[in-house]
Amino acid sequence: MSRQTWRWVIPLAIIGGVVLLALLAPWVAPYDPNGQNLLGRLKPPGTQSRAWLYLLGSDELGRDVLSRLIHGARVSLMVAFAAALLSGTVGVILGMLAGLLRGRVEAVVMRVVDVFMSIPAILLAILTVAVLGPGLINVILVLALTRWPRYARVAYGQTLSIANMPYVKLALQMGAGTTRILWRHVFPNLVGAVTVVATLEFGLMVLFEAGLSFLGLGVQPPTASWGSMLSTGRNYLETAWWIATLPGLCLFVLVLSINLLGDALRDRWDPRLR
Amino acid sequence: MRAFLLRRLRQVGVTLWGVVTLVFFLQRLTGDPTYLLVPETATQADIDALRHALGFDRPLWVQYGSFLAQLVQFDLGQSVVQNTSVWSILLSRIPYTLQLAGGALLVACGLGLPIGALLALYRDRLWARGLAGLVFAAQSMPTFWSGILLILLFAVTLGWLPPSSVGGIEHLILPSIALGLLSMATFARMTRTALLDEWTKDYVRSARARGASSARLFWRHLARNASIPVITVAAIEISNLLAGAVIVETVFAWPGLGQVTVQSILARDFMVVQGVVLLGAIVTILLSLTADLLYSWVDPRIRLDGQTR
Repeated sequence: MSRQTWRWVIPLAIIGGVVLLALLAPWVAPYDPNGQNLLGRLKPPGTQSRAWLYLLGSDELGRDVLSRLIHGARVSLMVAFAAALLSGTVGVILGMLAGLLRGRVEAVVMRVVDVFMSIPAILLAILTVAVLGPGLINVILVLALTRWPRYARVAYGQTLSIANMPYVKLALQMGAGTTRILWRHVFPNLVGAVTVVATLEFGLMVLFEAGLSFLGLGVQPPTASWGSMLSTGRNYLETAWWIATLPGLCLFVLVLSINLLGDALRDRWDPRLR
Repeated sequence: MRAFLLRRLRQVGVTLWGVVTLVFFLQRLTGDPTYLLVPETATQADIDALRHALGFDRPLWVQYGSFLAQLVQFDLGQSVVQNTSVWSILLSRIPYTLQLAGGALLVACGLGLPIGALLALYRDRLWARGLAGLVFAAQSMPTFWSGILLILLFAVTLGWLPPSSVGGIEHLILPSIALGLLSMATFARMTRTALLDEWTKDYVRSARARGASSARLFWRHLARNASIPVITVAAIEISNLLAGAVIVETVFAWPGLGQVTVQSILARDFMVVQGVVLLGAIVTILLSLTADLLYSWVDPRIRLDGQTR
């Protein structure tokens, strides 16, 4: 295969593998991710303790790190996917409306986008979690609330140029409604740019979820999340390095693959965004 | 120039007002903000008393008005938990975050700019491709993981540097690297792109035709022109560094604004969290204003009446 093909195959294979593991978690994970074995605490990878075989070691409660990693992938991907879908939908619709209708809608939407973008995302997320409280659904809502402006900006910029195309003007003159124009004429032309942004945002969402969980503001224990595993593992760095480093490695490899895919998509669909 | 400044300042004002309004309504997302301020053990009578004391029982628009009036006087309110003004809490933490952000910026620029230049100048070499791969990988490193790896390697295994908390300059090294690494990658990529963009322009070709040396060409022509996009990135990255400090300070037990934010959330000290967010937004807005003003200084062609090239 050529270099170009590899750029697609490797990240897609890794992401696909993680998705598959996450979907099949209850069947492929060797043990219950929350099952404790207090006699087998902090065992290094490859240890056999009573009936347990810890392929990737055990944590401070004797839980199997491998099983928790596999179930953690579930949380990571679910949050990132839901947040990206929600923020993408809201952002793209608002951005398209602003770009097509112009005038007051444009002024309001784009000012609001400016306001959101001027608060550092992680701080805005933290503030919102402070109000809503932590938890799976809230984390998704918080991330969506924080990230929609990025999509809105891209959709807005693209819509502005699409709206000037003769076929859109013609459609307007022929009496096509806003919804029809956006859906039939504008949106199909946005798909490339939005997919590129969504892919990169997806990677960012994985990092954000892990970051919030690391701070104790995300998914709550005992649910396994890579971020919270890292956070507890931090207390055992000297005795049990595997608890903190392995979830970090998973995060890194997953996010790297997503970014590689995003880069490949960008080169393919929209060299201008580079 | 003056017209541009005035328009830009008005924009800054509108954005600031928007941020404040957003924060005000976020605070009321779940209805009564009193519940954000009291410990979980508070009795109903305590809650009612506090609600009245803070004026949360007044009509919404009255609360909004007094919130604005307070902020105009730079009053970020009182911390109910610690019973002091939010400002005094933030002020005691700001120096630490500035130290950390400064160290990280040093890492980010000190490595990022030369690496970016190398990547552009030697883009066909094999080692440059490898370096580009490393830079790309650095962009996908979560700061909390790189922080933990640094602690594991340099503090736990080698014992060269202290793992956490404050002290001499040696305490600043690991957190600065952890925080700066991500921005380093951004600086390197941006510098590379900016230099490559300039490389193809006519003035470079004619300077070469006139026999300008590579060093002169780089410093005199390329570096200056390529610095414009890099300044934009710098403004964004500095505010990213301040935000990233939230996580890095937690990893390294660094007593800055980030740590106080996380502690305040866990202690249900909402006013402090809100103070940090407002401060972060103000800094971000001011940085982007500064970047705009810097452009004109670097590149006189950008006329400050708002019409860029």
